[in-house]
Amino acid sequence: MDSQSGFLLDLQGVGKGFNGVTVLDGVDFRLRAGEVMALIGENGAGKSTLMRIVTGIVQPDSASAMMFRGQPVRFAAPRQAIDAGIAMIHQELNLLPHLSVADNIWLGREPRNRLGLIDRGRMRREAKALLERLRQTIDPDCPVGSLSVGQQQMVEIARALSLNAELIVMDEPTDALTDVETAVLFEVIRGLKADGKGIVYISHRLGEIFALCDSVTVLRDGHMVHRGAVADLDEAALIRHMVGRSITDQYPYLSCPAGSERLTVEGLSADGVNDVSFTAAGGEILGFAGLMGAGRTELGKAIFGASRLRAGSVRVDGAEVRLRHPRDGVAAGIAYVPEDRKAEGLIQGHSIRTNMSLAALKQLCGPGGVVRQTDERSAVDRFMAAFAVKAHGIGAEVRTLSGGNQQKISLAKALMLSPKVVILDEPTRGVDVGARREIYGLINDLKAKGLCILLMSSDMPELLGLSDRILVMAGGRITGRFGRDEATQEKIMACAIG
Amino acid sequence: MTTLKRFLSRNKPLVGLIVLMAAVAVMSPSFMTVDNLLNILRQTSINAVIAVGMTYVILSGGIDLSVGSVLAFCGAVCAWLVAGDLSIWLAIPLSLLLGAGLGAINGVVIGTGGVQPFVATLVAMTMLRGATLVFTDGRPITTGTGAAADAFWSVGGGYLLGIPVPVVVAAAVFAVCGLILTRTRFGRYTYAVGGNEVVARLSGIRVNLEKTTIYALSGLLAALAGVILTARLESAQPTAGAGYELDAIAAVVVGGTSLSGGKGTLFGTLVGALIIGVLNNALNLMDVSSYYQMIAKGAVILLAVLADSRKSP
Repeated sequence: MDSQSGFLLDLQGVGKGFNGVTVLDGVDFRLRAGEVMALIGENGAGKSTLMRIVTGIVQPDSASAMMFRGQPVRFAAPRQAIDAGIAMIHQELNLLPHLSVADNIWLGREPRNRLGLIDRGRMRREAKALLERLRQTIDPDCPVGSLSVGQQQMVEIARALSLNAELIVMDEPTDALTDVETAVLFEVIRGLKADGKGIVYISHRLGEIFALCDSVTVLRDGHMVHRGAVADLDEAALIRHMVGRSITDQYPYLSCPAGSERLTVEGLSADGVNDVSFTAAGGEILGFAGLMGAGRTELGKAIFGASRLRAGSVRVDGAEVRLRHPRDGVAAGIAYVPEDRKAEGLIQGHSIRTNMSLAALKQLCGPGGVVRQTDERSAVDRFMAAFAVKAHGIGAEVRTLSGGNQQKISLAKALMLSPKVVILDEPTRGVDVGARREIYGLINDLKAKGLCILLMSSDMPELLGLSDRILVMAGGRITGRFGRDEATQEKIMACAIG
Repeated sequence: MTTLKRFLSRNKPLVGLIVLMAAVAVMSPSFMTVDNLLNILRQTSINAVIAVGMTYVILSGGIDLSVGSVLAFCGAVCAWLVAGDLSIWLAIPLSLLLGAGLGAINGVVIGTGGVQPFVATLVAMTMLRGATLVFTDGRPITTGTGAAADAFWSVGGGYLLGIPVPVVVAAAVFAVCGLILTRTRFGRYTYAVGGNEVVARLSGIRVNLEKTTIYALSGLLAALAGVILTARLESAQPTAGAGYELDAIAAVVVGGTSLSGGKGTLFGTLVGALIIGVLNNALNLMDVSSYYQMIAKGAVILLAVLADSRKSP
């Protein structure tokens, strides 16, 4: 496997630039077999580019050495990296939902029988064997689209194993997993580690890195700024390396005087929501905890008018709102920031400007529906400055922005409506620690202005840090209500499991 | 100089048109005459008007295969009204309203009904062609010799300040619809629906209403093209407009609008329609058989799409 250096993967002095912009500069990256190496850094630090070089998707501009299993390598195409034994599990899983588990695992390499036809029996048997190695009881004939995200990830890992991968790169693997599924994933990773595989683990969740990884490499602005054992660091030091400065108070809490009741929800029932009642006041952050599928997103969409109500009522500032369509929510002063900004929040191929003003366009129009372009431009500029969004002008396509900046645009879009109630659904998913802190500051600013904020988050420290009160959901119902001082992770989890 | 280079690289279709015109001017001396250029404009104006509506539809992420049949049906109804000596000030608006109504039906079937645009408009295309044949009894409807018919002829064959009326109409349609698309909320919503329907809905846009309006516009413009054609020929042919949807789609695509929706401009469609018009004219001037013309047209469309590198995989 590895000869002289003892490393499974050894990259030295890697450099890469795009369109004159240096993305990686003299980066060293190495790990051993049986090691779980965390790769962390802010969005734009160069993590994905580095991994694309490792997996052959992109070629480096310069590299003093590139060794895999002790041999010098040069991957001109992803196929060569796969053949060499490197597999990548992307954040957006690469599975075909209508095909079965076995079909997906063997896609393009289906085993043949003597007649040259696909040997379905062998496919099924070997898929089952791979899944058993991962201690999964998934049916190999099951269509992948019907599996949970956690199970789909296991299918991806099974495929990596079927390729005899020695190095597996995982990009934000726990982003869409429940806590239970995350625990299972960690067990599987430890098993792979014991088998002598090397794992590169990319994540924004620093807690996971301390729980799972042996070593960590930190990238900042295209440079490798730290490499070492996880045991030698604490979270504060890790953040300092990532950001280049200390972030005190990661989850800033702002204490505001209690405002009047702004949102009243009574007996609300909709798809995935069962008889939910609660109130929320101005200047308050009401947190919503729960496992995936508990009904938080469904509740948020129902209050906003994006899904039809079967029963119950919603009042804003005392006035009942008839909710049949999102425009009713918008008209009532409710803003909803979706959890999936790529698919539901922003039109990726359109500019920052048209995206940001889309929901508030009615207010920016004159007679005949003509858009007041100067008003629009100054409103967008104002938000860009207030939110410190880094971009090449408001005409830039949203898809060119980092996750954190995209999230800021998504938030600005909602705020352009001057709403009374803001529903934030996973507002910091996939956002690095620096941008997170900025977004928390923005949320607190809204709170100080007297807005009523519903914060739905799977990030427990975030929820506990920012919220004034926390409601826990399970199976579409509210199963727990806690004030800020009495809420703990254990109590919340107990209610979330139902 | 770099701003010019940037402008040209972002407007590849325009460059294509200029190059094409230059090449034809060299190969055929009768090309660059005022008469011939006006001829091109007049012959392109019917397709151009349809292509404006098609641009809206394609920008919204859909397609309208029924435009040729709408043209025929509304043209036939218009001819019938004019032959019955109904004033053109009533006959024409009624025909346009009919086109808008037919388009709106498409929009409702596609939006509220959830039927795929390809299927819905294919069905409309077939049924309306049948309706046209029924209405015309399979024979042309001539506009006759009444006072209305005389006034009607000028719509297709008349001149306004030396420019053929169809060209004036097409120019006005481009100007008005262009302003609507770039300056109004309706235009922005069109782009949004084509860019990402889910985002559009969550932004408070009534997507079904938008679609109904967009297809109604396409129907109205197809009817307008039908009125102009009928006026020019002084009769409505039961087979009028057959295949016109493909020319319209070609103009939109050559002009740089993406078939998946959300990206494109009306200026691009104008250039696309002119490229096709110039090409048709050039091949006629050079006495090329119309069979070869179809092959040439197909090749140009393919080249145009390949050359537009804005389309990323």
